Amino acid sequence: MTQYTKPLPIPNDFDRPYWTALKKHELRMQKCLDCGEIWFPPNPVCPKCLSHNHQWIKLSGKGKVWSWVLFHQLYFPSFSEETPYNVIAVKLDEGPLMTSNMVECNNEDIYCDMLVEVFFDDVTELITLPKFRPAGRPKEV
Amino acid sequence: MKLIDIRDKTAIVGVGNTPFRALYRKKDPRRNSYTLGLEAFESALEDSGLCKEDIDGVIINRIPSYTKMCVMAGIKNPRLTNIFEAAGRMSGIALQYAAMAVYTGMANVVACIYGNDGWSAGATYGGESQMIDSYNFPFGMTSPGASLALMWQRHMHEYGTSEDDLGVLAISQRKFASMNPNAVMRTPLTMDQYMSARYICYPLRIYDYCLINDGGVCLIVTTAQRAKECKKRPVYIMGTSQAANHTPYYHSPDYGWDAMKLVADQVYSMAGVGPKDIDCAQIYDNFLPTVMLSLEGYGFCPKGESGRWIRGGRIEPGGELPVNTSGGHCSESYMQGWALHAEAVRQLRGECGDRQVNDCEIVQYICSSPICSSHILRR
Ligand SMILES: [Zn+2]
Repeated sequence: MTQYTKPLPIPNDFDRPYWTALKKHELRMQKCLDCGEIWFPPNPVCPKCLSHNHQWIKLSGKGKVWSWVLFHQLYFPSFSEETPYNVIAVKLDEGPLMTSNMVECNNEDIYCDMLVEVFFDDVTELITLPKFRPAGRPKEV
Repeated sequence: MKLIDIRDKTAIVGVGNTPFRALYRKKDPRRNSYTLGLEAFESALEDSGLCKEDIDGVIINRIPSYTKMCVMAGIKNPRLTNIFEAAGRMSGIALQYAAMAVYTGMANVVACIYGNDGWSAGATYGGESQMIDSYNFPFGMTSPGASLALMWQRHMHEYGTSEDDLGVLAISQRKFASMNPNAVMRTPLTMDQYMSARYICYPLRIYDYCLINDGGVCLIVTTAQRAKECKKRPVYIMGTSQAANHTPYYHSPDYGWDAMKLVADQVYSMAGVGPKDIDCAQIYDNFLPTVMLSLEGYGFCPKGESGRWIRGGRIEPGGELPVNTSGGHCSESYMQGWALHAEAVRQLRGECGDRQVNDCEIVQYICSSPICSSHILRR
């Protein structure tokens, strides 16, 4: 396997469950056991009611493209081979907004409000990134 | 105390800045924010007619140390000293704090000093020079410009605005810059040139991005009463306001309008005027969509209408609402809002030469960012 050179997340004490779940191909986020809020990025307390009681619930992995862009400027040299590359902001069905990339789709075919589903990209032995692909395609084998 | 009690009670009495165009043409790694700030301070002091001993408050921005800055400027015992983080949102905030300080008597005359050596120092505003962001960098997402690109893409989808709407704005700002001898970019721009320019982050092109250049700006603030003794006609702060938009990303699905509405409501009621009374607007253009979202967020035009509204010369020289009359951050100079303040003051004094707005009595400054701020200034 060739060396993975793109930026990697640095899991910390309170977001480690997020990355651990991704490794198992599950998209999990925190849900407040007191007020029901689901939030992202991970946070030590519920940002709505400051409760410390939360559970890492499994999400549907479904959502919509809120918006998308194509990076032409090379800020990260490790992305040079696929520039211009897409970045999408996905509004998950459960509410949170997250940043990702669209896969299995040409850049020209991305559009706002496009229905998407999570695709787990095992980029290294330790890290899996949640990417998205057009919804309703045959499941990965 | 009511906010309207503060209306017209404080004033900007001195503005100063370094050259921008000349510094841009000659990069110099020895140049630093202190010397740039110092040069601007000397110029603002001269402009105000005050002497150094009158300054008893110092607020610095993008200059690392207030101690070093004050040592260089020979201001030993100011009654008020502070530093604001090196972000463009802070220029408006700094002026607001200076006004609060002089109004309450915590200081009599405050110098707000800004220095930016980003060009010579090779600042990039994105990528691996920034602190790792686990939820964005792995996908190649970085830089505030990309967040504005996301918002503009969504805005085009929701409202039918277009890429060339931004071209209209870019061309207009460049027209003003062509009449500004100190502007870094003065060559007029055509729509063909705009549309064929390279993308930085689609749908935004290079002309939608602010410049990176060196310079310094200083504003001197005091009470309305004290202002009358200064050298030039005072520029009064009619209203000032801020409201934050603290969200997980630089982009937000409400386009920042919730915060803008809070700011607009306060600044217009405090000043006792509305969008129709503004003679020209200086609107923070880190990226051109920010100006469009601001025009909509402050009620100059309905939501989604900015693209149509700016056409037909409305925001150009001689138009109904000239916008960014110096050329702004995309054509004059990227001084993170500071030079927009200086331009507002000079327009009100009638010092702007070829680009002077006729009968300019009221100017609004607007910055829409994670902290939104606005002032309304009058002569
Ligand atoms: Zn809660």
